Amino acid sequence: MEFFVDPSRCIGCQACAQACAECDSHRGISMIHLDFVDRSSSPQTTPTVCMHCDDPTCARVCPADAIKQTAEGVVQSALKPRCVGCSNCVLACPFGVPRYIPALDQMMKCDMCYDRTSAGLKPMCATVCPSGALYYGSRETIVQMRREQPTNTFVFGRRVVTTKVSLMVSANTSALEVDIASFLPSPEDPSAGNNPQQVAA
Amino acid sequence: MAHLPLPEAQLIDQYGPHLNYEPPGGWHAGGPPDRLVKTHCCFCGIQCGIQLKVKDEKVVGFEPWTDFPVNEGKLCPKGVKRYLQNNHPDRILAPLLRTKRGFEQFPWEDALSLVAGNMRRIQKAYGKDAFAILSGASMTNEKSYLMGKFARVALGTANIDYNGRLCMVSAGAGNKMAFGMDRAANPWSDIPLAQCIIVTGSNVGECFPILTDYLWRARDNGAKLIVIDPRMTPIARTADLFLPVRPGRDSALMNGILHVLVERGWIDQAFIDAHTTGFEQVLETVKAYPPQRTAEITGVPAASIVRAAELWAEAERSMLMHARGIEHHTKGVENVLSCINLVLATGRIGRPGCGYGTITGQGNGQGGREHGQRCNQLPGGRDIENPQHRQEIATFWGVEESELPQKGLTAVELFNAINDGTIKGLLSISFNPLVSLPDAALTRAALEKLEFYAVIEPFMSETARHADVILAGSLQEEDEGTVTNGEGRVIRLRQSVKPPGDARVDWDIIIDLAQRLGKGEFFPYTKTEDIFQELCRASAGAPIDYSGISYAKIEHNMGVFWPCPAPDHPGTPRLFEGGVFAHPDGKARFHVIEYRPPAEDIDAEYPLFMTSGRVVSQYLSGTQTRRIGPLVDQYPGPQVEMHPQLATQLGVKNGEIVRVESRRGELTLPALVVKTIRPDTIFIPYHWPGDQSANRVTNRALDPISKIPEFKVCAVRVTKATPPVVPLIRVVPFNGHGAAKGEQVQ
Ligand code: SF4
Ligand code: SF4
Ligand code: SF4
Repeated sequence: MEFFVDPSRCIGCQACAQACAECDSHRGISMIHLDFVDRSSSPQTTPTVCMHCDDPTCARVCPADAIKQTAEGVVQSALKPRCVGCSNCVLACPFGVPRYIPALDQMMKCDMCYDRTSAGLKPMCATVCPSGALYYGSRETIVQMRREQPTNTFVFGRRVVTTKVSLMVSANTSALEVDIASFLPSPEDPSAGNNPQQVAA
Repeated sequence: MAHLPLPEAQLIDQYGPHLNYEPPGGWHAGGPPDRLVKTHCCFCGIQCGIQLKVKDEKVVGFEPWTDFPVNEGKLCPKGVKRYLQNNHPDRILAPLLRTKRGFEQFPWEDALSLVAGNMRRIQKAYGKDAFAILSGASMTNEKSYLMGKFARVALGTANIDYNGRLCMVSAGAGNKMAFGMDRAANPWSDIPLAQCIIVTGSNVGECFPILTDYLWRARDNGAKLIVIDPRMTPIARTADLFLPVRPGRDSALMNGILHVLVERGWIDQAFIDAHTTGFEQVLETVKAYPPQRTAEITGVPAASIVRAAELWAEAERSMLMHARGIEHHTKGVENVLSCINLVLATGRIGRPGCGYGTITGQGNGQGGREHGQRCNQLPGGRDIENPQHRQEIATFWGVEESELPQKGLTAVELFNAINDGTIKGLLSISFNPLVSLPDAALTRAALEKLEFYAVIEPFMSETARHADVILAGSLQEEDEGTVTNGEGRVIRLRQSVKPPGDARVDWDIIIDLAQRLGKGEFFPYTKTEDIFQELCRASAGAPIDYSGISYAKIEHNMGVFWPCPAPDHPGTPRLFEGGVFAHPDGKARFHVIEYRPPAEDIDAEYPLFMTSGRVVSQYLSGTQTRRIGPLVDQYPGPQVEMHPQLATQLGVKNGEIVRVESRRGELTLPALVVKTIRPDTIFIPYHWPGDQSANRVTNRALDPISKIPEFKVCAVRVTKATPPVVPLIRVVPFNGHGAAKGEQVQ
């Protein structure tokens, strides 16, 4: 079972964030959030859940070693007694995921409903999402079901991040280039662009 | 009589709406629930399956019910947070009687006797019809049936109507005229099989969120989506073709699309010949709607009209779905019929992936209109003016046909009659007319003229504040029964907890009233199943036949689609298969629809269209959802959506306060400047009361057939309000962290 995110389907209903706040481990607080891309010109919204990076920057930069990764690759929310509320993770995450919550003086972020997923249930947000923008299930099913295809490789300039959570993108995209540096000549070989296809290969 | 007993602020202080954020005992009351109850959401017509968590006889949360086929565990934010209405501090726990000091608790015996006594007194003094009943389409089938029977048999009044009159009656009337039957023609599982889908006048993403998944699945299968709406809603954003229609021009647009289909020979003549009547006249009419003329009327580019016809024609299987956007008009029925003309002319009905339907708005919008709580209808969808239908029900109930009242007044007409003084007494249940009816000033004036007003409600609604007696009723999770969702599937609500305090289940209160009116023998029920069995028997052989349905069958099959005329009948998910329609000759009817303008069009004095609708986190008049903290935070108050072009013209910036005026009233709200609305139109969501009520400005003009008011278009003028009177709440996206998210702006 894997987690897939398709912002193009999102209808901005907030059921995901509302349901996230119902999870037993962090009741009353949502660990995910929804962003309007540009409310003035579009109703397009996008849900932000943790992508669960294979090599999580948030954990790397945490001075208190508060962010743990489970054996299955789930990157946990900051551990309560350890988190010093420095917000390093908030600044470091390339996907804009962790939120510092002043009332708790702690970072909170999606832990893929570890209490549920580790017990064979689906994450709360992906279960309720009425539009299928958040989906938890098998890769075969979603690949068969949808026009879009999953990818979990993101290219930030010369840095490649792979994640446990996949984004649904148009069928011929193998990696998502999200930094203009990906398209610029590389210093090592000025004739070649450091494009995602090269990276993926 | 029915002036407010205390200043409004004091009533709000005592009875809310207050915001509830936490389950009983707080977030960390802890421990696993005692039980999970499989039931359904109490809000929209999707009727999502949900499991309510019960601990210590209180609803403390929810768990998705992934096996229920309609929503497979999916929910919108209203479903997620609905459990917070239970154990709410505003809950009315005992009957309340208005006194000079405000509302005071009162023993049930006295409260019921007082209500029944006033019913008798008013009927004796002014005639039977001077006491009216207003009920709701959020109620179970059992309660809908009971209210109809109570009105006709216990009270003997003609004047009973329901708030579905503000919802989908145009669709119901149109369906009956065209098909001989009033129900969406297809199960929603047909949607993903369609190759082209027209969604018109329906903000699916916000009003019926679960259906977006069905639409996306259709698109995954290659279907083309055409959306018709004056606003670019979340569903319109994804459409293959978006037709930004000018408010009030829907039937012209449908005629225009049909014109192109006819001209290019893209109609199904074989189907028309075999299964319909009246096409020749329609053919003549649509000749007058070439794309250019249609474009001039509708404000939709001619090329888009042609493209819509092309996309529709290319498909072999198609669905056309609509909601209140085309139904809330003085031409609501005509709009619906113009859609049906398109479907029939192309023969796209009665096959898998081929069909048509309204998306019912209220929880039991479908069932609520079937069992006889409408002013013109007897159980089983029988016509109250049809002598045979009258006789059938009179015999079934064991009364004389002559004793059954004739057709009464519809909801809006009923308020006119209260205002005129011809109706003196009112009992309402699950209806908040002060917020939901158009032209709120007139509604309030009417309420103040009533000699006696009683309500059955679990919460003090804005209208209930005007009552003489409030009978403490029940929430959906405190009762059991059935509802019929928007696709015609009869499903079962299970009781999760008992009503708190001295509150009682609604049907029991109604039976007690009937007893006090000396008619107890006609209401011999001891449980809801007794009522259900009676309504099923009453519907046998009627246009809406439930006679083969039982609680056990619903449980076993996860719902049963009506018609289901025998115990061994599987139910009927898809109607009109093989082109057999419900008119006596089996044929569907075309109707000639000539476009005519809305009751109030724009002019130099009031130059803008105003339209109204919903937001995803609120439901109808908000009696329940405006009490749920996280839902209120998501969209704290109404805003006036306007296009940047209009905003510039008015000198208004996003968040600034504007005054919206119509010939009936005005309101002052913040502007939400967005490119997603036509520049000649403003939009205001309608869930809020008083100073924030969109219905201060809407028009009470009615459709001549369905008597639905014209909520979706009226003429207004907008000016920048200077200076802003009170600090107003601006919406900031919900961040889910529990505290109030409203941001104060000047
Ligand atoms: S997405 Fe951000 S928060 Fe999640 S694991 Fe990666 S770096 Fe950490
Ligand atoms: S629940 Fe789904 S559709 Fe709704 S906001 Fe979240 S991701 Fe978007
Ligand atoms: S309001 Fe409608 S869509 Fe939302 S959870 Fe309830 S039934 Fe489902």
